[in-house]
Amino acid sequence: MNTLTRALLGVSALALTMTGATAETITIATVNNGDMIRMQGYTDDFTAKTGHEVEWVTLEENVLRQRVTTDISTKGGQFDIMTIGMYETPIWGSNGWLVPLNGLSEEYDVDDILPAMRGGLSHEGTLFAAPFYGESSMVMYRTDLMEKAGMEMPDAPTWDFIREAAAAMTDRDNEINGICLRGKAGWGEGGAFITVTANSFGARWFDEDWNAQFDQPEWKNALEFFAGMMSESGPPGYATNGFNENLSLFQQGKCGMWIDATVAASFVTNPDDSTVADKVGFALAPDTGLGKRANWLWAWALAIPAGTQKEAAAKQFIEWATSKDYIELVAAKEGWANVPPGARTSLYENPEYQAVPFAQKTLDSINAADPTNPTVKPVPYVGIQFVAIPEFAGIATEVSQEFSAVYAGQQTVDEALAKAQALTTEAMEAAGY
Amino acid sequence: MATQHSRSAARLMLAPAVILLLGWMLVPLTMTLYFSFKKYLPLRGGDLGWVGFDNYIRFVTSSAFWPSVMTTLLIVGGVLVITVVLGVLLAILLDQPMWGQGVVRILVIAPFFVMPTVSALVWKNMFMDPVNGILAHLWKAFGATPIEWLSQASVPSLIMIVSWQWLPFATLILLTAIQSLDSSQLEAAEIDGAPPVKRFWYITLPHLSRAITIVILIQSIFLLAVFAEIFVTTGGAFGTRTLTYLIFQRVLESQNVGLGSAGGVYAIILANIIAIFLMRIVGKNLDA
Amino acid sequence: MARAVTTQRKTINTAIAWAIGLLIFFPILWTVLTSFKTEAQAISDPPVFLFFDWTLENYSIVQERSNYMRYLWNSVIIAGVSTIIGIIIAVPAAWSMAFVPSRRSKDILLWMLSTKMLPAVGVLYPIYLLFIKMGLLDSLVGLTIVVMLINLPIIVWMLYTYFKEIPVDILEAARMDGATLREEILYVLTPMAIPGIASTLLLNVILAWNEAFWTLNLTAAKAAPLTAFIASYSSPEGLFYAKLSAASTMAIAPILILGWFSQKQLVRGLTFGAVK
Repeated sequence: MNTLTRALLGVSALALTMTGATAETITIATVNNGDMIRMQGYTDDFTAKTGHEVEWVTLEENVLRQRVTTDISTKGGQFDIMTIGMYETPIWGSNGWLVPLNGLSEEYDVDDILPAMRGGLSHEGTLFAAPFYGESSMVMYRTDLMEKAGMEMPDAPTWDFIREAAAAMTDRDNEINGICLRGKAGWGEGGAFITVTANSFGARWFDEDWNAQFDQPEWKNALEFFAGMMSESGPPGYATNGFNENLSLFQQGKCGMWIDATVAASFVTNPDDSTVADKVGFALAPDTGLGKRANWLWAWALAIPAGTQKEAAAKQFIEWATSKDYIELVAAKEGWANVPPGARTSLYENPEYQAVPFAQKTLDSINAADPTNPTVKPVPYVGIQFVAIPEFAGIATEVSQEFSAVYAGQQTVDEALAKAQALTTEAMEAAGY
Repeated sequence: MATQHSRSAARLMLAPAVILLLGWMLVPLTMTLYFSFKKYLPLRGGDLGWVGFDNYIRFVTSSAFWPSVMTTLLIVGGVLVITVVLGVLLAILLDQPMWGQGVVRILVIAPFFVMPTVSALVWKNMFMDPVNGILAHLWKAFGATPIEWLSQASVPSLIMIVSWQWLPFATLILLTAIQSLDSSQLEAAEIDGAPPVKRFWYITLPHLSRAITIVILIQSIFLLAVFAEIFVTTGGAFGTRTLTYLIFQRVLESQNVGLGSAGGVYAIILANIIAIFLMRIVGKNLDA
Repeated sequence: MARAVTTQRKTINTAIAWAIGLLIFFPILWTVLTSFKTEAQAISDPPVFLFFDWTLENYSIVQERSNYMRYLWNSVIIAGVSTIIGIIIAVPAAWSMAFVPSRRSKDILLWMLSTKMLPAVGVLYPIYLLFIKMGLLDSLVGLTIVVMLINLPIIVWMLYTYFKEIPVDILEAARMDGATLREEILYVLTPMAIPGIASTLLLNVILAWNEAFWTLNLTAAKAAPLTAFIASYSSPEGLFYAKLSAASTMAIAPILILGWFSQKQLVRGLTFGAVK
């Protein structure tokens, strides 16, 4: 090592200590999904640009939710950034628990965020969380099996078509199930799926006076259709299948169709993990001709809890992680198919990204979802696969447990709906509606 | 014989443990009681005032309450029976002379080292999955239709998972006790021509009574609190919602701390009833 | 005196015991094996047992993603320190109840166990608020105290039962010889009780190691132990059996190895009661 290099190193060390004077260490709670894990790998890039260090707390979705909710509602102050979803953001924002994301820099270009995402992560026009990635739901299907069944998937199928195609694709001897869908209890698992299905059948959670609507025929139609189709063409034990279980089934070639999150498209087309990577087609989520499709809308977003001492650094991180530059960084290192999808308009205008097979369908699905107007009949709430009130997660989890018992053949549709009606009414009374 | 001096010394030595545990019990208990009379909704602004016995009434009149008590009793009872019976048999077996005794012991004890979350995930995904699980492959190999364990046999499946975790504990404690059994007594009985079953019934089992008591008491405390296994496998669906799980749903999923606290008080009452019941049956063995 | 055993009987015992032992151990074995597979092999149909391409890929991914050593260190500290403090507090308590029993000893024992009856989740908010006030959130000190208190009743119980096995005559003989209380405990009781203390120690290290409610809910980045490490690998989006298995193996391995080495000590502890 010569003197010059030494001197240079000394200078750069000095420069580092100088930026270190204002550098902070921020603690970020996040979910263990693939895109977030990838982001952690690029932390060095953020540190190099700003001098701030990052401590990661990575947790499984359910644990994360209980952890951050406890912390923010007691003002525990353990985190400078929390990864939250579209359900929490408006509720927490209206409680004044989140720092409004105003005054973001020019180059961040907040207007580039997809309008549906921006709307879902705002409360009364103020953005409270920046989307890291967003998703809707869509149909993923096996092109080879569809051809074998002698059918053709339209761009925008109906539920009747899906059911017919599922029956035609099912081949029990070869362990091919026509359709794989979520039946697992939990508001974010099977609860979310049956809710969007019901929306497309004209059902709703509450009428305009917050009365539970499970005693209405639309719910009965939706639930009977779903359970009937799954017993004809679904995999065994679908009552305990959630996103992960269905993903493995599809990747192993055991499903003809799978209707689920748009982000799954990049997993099922990845030849490293999927045995059917080159045989997957995409279509919009189905409908029944009533004007609403079974599209949900979700985003994993970054928010800053009010009261943190490191607000400036946290804002810098959010600007970095949800920026156009970050998307380009990932694209350059790992290819366009692996960038976080569904957050920015500019991504879908990029010709290189348009070449990705599922890009356009993802965008169309997201645009088909409208959280402020989610159902055929009018409702007093915001949210598609959820109702943005604090009580919803608890109620919907219990309701979905009743539905899962139907899928497992332990009770009838009518019994489940009666119980759902009773427990929802009970819980809403307890909450003072 | 205990002198006055040693008695006061004994009291002094007992004090730290008692004081600490008293604090650890009283502080949360008082706070739970306090919250149970409050309308406390963290997501709606926290403390919304006193509500009397509303939470208690609401919790106990909920359609989920009695089924959850039954499920709790079923799981605790099922696991206790399995672990004690198999534990006694295993302890006797492991006490026999054999090659590689040490290795076998560690194999049998090993499940206790596994975190509940991990064991639940392993069982759910790698064993009980109706498509990819090993049990499904085993069933298919014999031409049978795989069982949908966690939905169609949910409670027995849970009992199986939890028993797998706690069997080592029971075996360990019972093995300790069996090894302190005076072997000359057994030999004498053998010479007298007593058949193995009789020897077991009149000599081994009475000797094990205190150990069994300890296994039952300590395990029931842990079994009443079983949580991760349910959380990971069924999420409380298919009739696997125990009282502990119901409280979890009220506190964390519904974010109703007042209602959950009232549930906590019920859980203490239930635990005490079970404890008193168990003491009636097995408590006398403690003095031995 | 050991009974004479025929080779035939010993062979049968060995066969049965090994079969059962392996059956009970199989889920762990399977997890360890799966950790060396690729994700695709982990769910292959039919399952592969030994003949697959062994890979260390999962371990390197896990190591790259999270700072395993820090989680491990926190687990070691929490489990170790909480158990040691617990033992220090519990030995005198168990001693006094075992050798100077009063009418209330049994009640106190049961009461101690009953402090474990309050469901943890029911007191999450109260304890969390308390920890905020005391500034103990995400600190090893706070967590060690909580875990110690949780296991203290179990430690007292275990020690009490071991102490009960010690013949009182020996202690009385020592007392006759003019031993003070301190000498009696230190030189007579402790050596006899060491095996019992050792197995209590091991059992409580395991319980503390596996405690997953408070260790998850009261920590963030600094004090998080291996239970939090596991929570970052369980059910993410996407395929995860192999990586989960690798993470699980890493979480179980230290305690399994500890159990292996203390096996002899444990058995000595178990055979000790034969003095009676």
